Amino acid sequence: MNIEIIAFGIAKDILKSKSVSLELNDASTVETARKALIDRFPQFESLASLQLAVNAEYVQDDYVLQENDEVVLIPPVSGG
Amino acid sequence: MTLSREELVRYNRQIILPNFGVAGQEKLKKASILIIGAGGLGAPNLQYLTAAGIGRIGVIDFDEVSLSNLQRQVLFTTEEVGENKAATAIKKLQKLNPDTKFEGYETPIDSSNALDIIAAYDLVVDGSDNLPTRYLVNDACVLLSKPLIYGAIFRFEGQVSVFNQLLEDGSRGPNYRDIFPTPPPPAMVPSCSEGGVFGVLPGIIGAMQANEAIKVITGMGDTLSGKLLLFDSLDFTSRYLNIRSNPENPVSGSSPTITVLIDYEAFCAGPALQEEVTESITVRDFNQKRSEVFLLDVREDYEYEISNLGGINIPLGAIEQRMNEIPKDRQVVVHCKSGARSKQAIEKLKKAGYTQLLNLEGGIVAWQQQIDNSLAVY
Repeated sequence: MNIEIIAFGIAKDILKSKSVSLELNDASTVETARKALIDRFPQFESLASLQLAVNAEYVQDDYVLQENDEVVLIPPVSGG
Repeated sequence: MTLSREELVRYNRQIILPNFGVAGQEKLKKASILIIGAGGLGAPNLQYLTAAGIGRIGVIDFDEVSLSNLQRQVLFTTEEVGENKAATAIKKLQKLNPDTKFEGYETPIDSSNALDIIAAYDLVVDGSDNLPTRYLVNDACVLLSKPLIYGAIFRFEGQVSVFNQLLEDGSRGPNYRDIFPTPPPPAMVPSCSEGGVFGVLPGIIGAMQANEAIKVITGMGDTLSGKLLLFDSLDFTSRYLNIRSNPENPVSGSSPTITVLIDYEAFCAGPALQEEVTESITVRDFNQKRSEVFLLDVREDYEYEISNLGGINIPLGAIEQRMNEIPKDRQVVVHCKSGARSKQAIEKLKKAGYTQLLNLEGGIVAWQQQIDNSLAVY
């Protein structure tokens, strides 16, 4: 299945784009998506502790993804 | 707390708003707000909250106005460069509204003073510019049961939320640690001076924070409690994410492990800090052995033009392509503006097999402060 990854902040630099699509096995969890992201973008490892939001809701790692889900990566930003 | 005739005139345009009225204005007059940081976010908060008639406003900022602030911190002028931000802001805001009582704190906020300072206010606005202060202010507000208006910016993007708001059922809304339980490595959280910031952005995000502060105090409308707003000024999109209170939140969860303020610098530095200590060099030590080492400057070309230490300039993004210009058999000292990018460059070089690498602590900024004041700063 295909899911859409949307990146904010420094995550945009790592993905080199605001959004990328990721191909995963059906019924993959958020944790699997996280690992797949690290495989494809090794630098993402340093953001591995990031909480992920799916379709505008923050979810835990065991959350099961569905086709066309939108996963949002929001690293903290510090500027003021 | 009754309003004078002059106040009824001054605030007329908001008093006549539906659901605001004299009662709303009296709530603002009774309220006290602490603004952390009088910078990009702090300035618009200060201006709108002073104008709106908040009774007492505290401003904490140890820093001075600098030339590179003025592109976005529109409260300050060129002739105020070098003056303390909190004091300068208060001087100007007092003219905007003579009825507001101001208190300035020209000191950094840290674990030793945060609870005492914050306890004296009803609400806190976070306009700080670094992660340790953000965790500190969050935890202090949770421990003291104060609502916190969160705002943060990076390049063209901003985040806004309302944390720890008292809800109708008597509980408190989610806070910073519900969204960001673990800080990423410092290199992943560039400041405005490292990452850049679009000048109008803090004006937009700071004004949104002031908007939420006034709503929390007057009880009007629906606030961003339980929601994180992500705003991108480049494609002008907004997204709202729903945040839930995490029962495992160490400061507000069901069995809190943080009951007093901790060392937030250490907390945000993570385990990488020890690593860095072994492979860095102070500007003073570097000054002693300057001729013996290869100096690599990983800042951008235009930064190099403003001022440099005579190193070879290879911007961070070009390290991989230009690695052949960096010797493997010599001690290499790497520097940038303040030490974050040089650390990333060292990681890249290590992966390529370099072993004799030292990070210049505090970068060219530390050199300017401790060795050569005549260097141009930016």
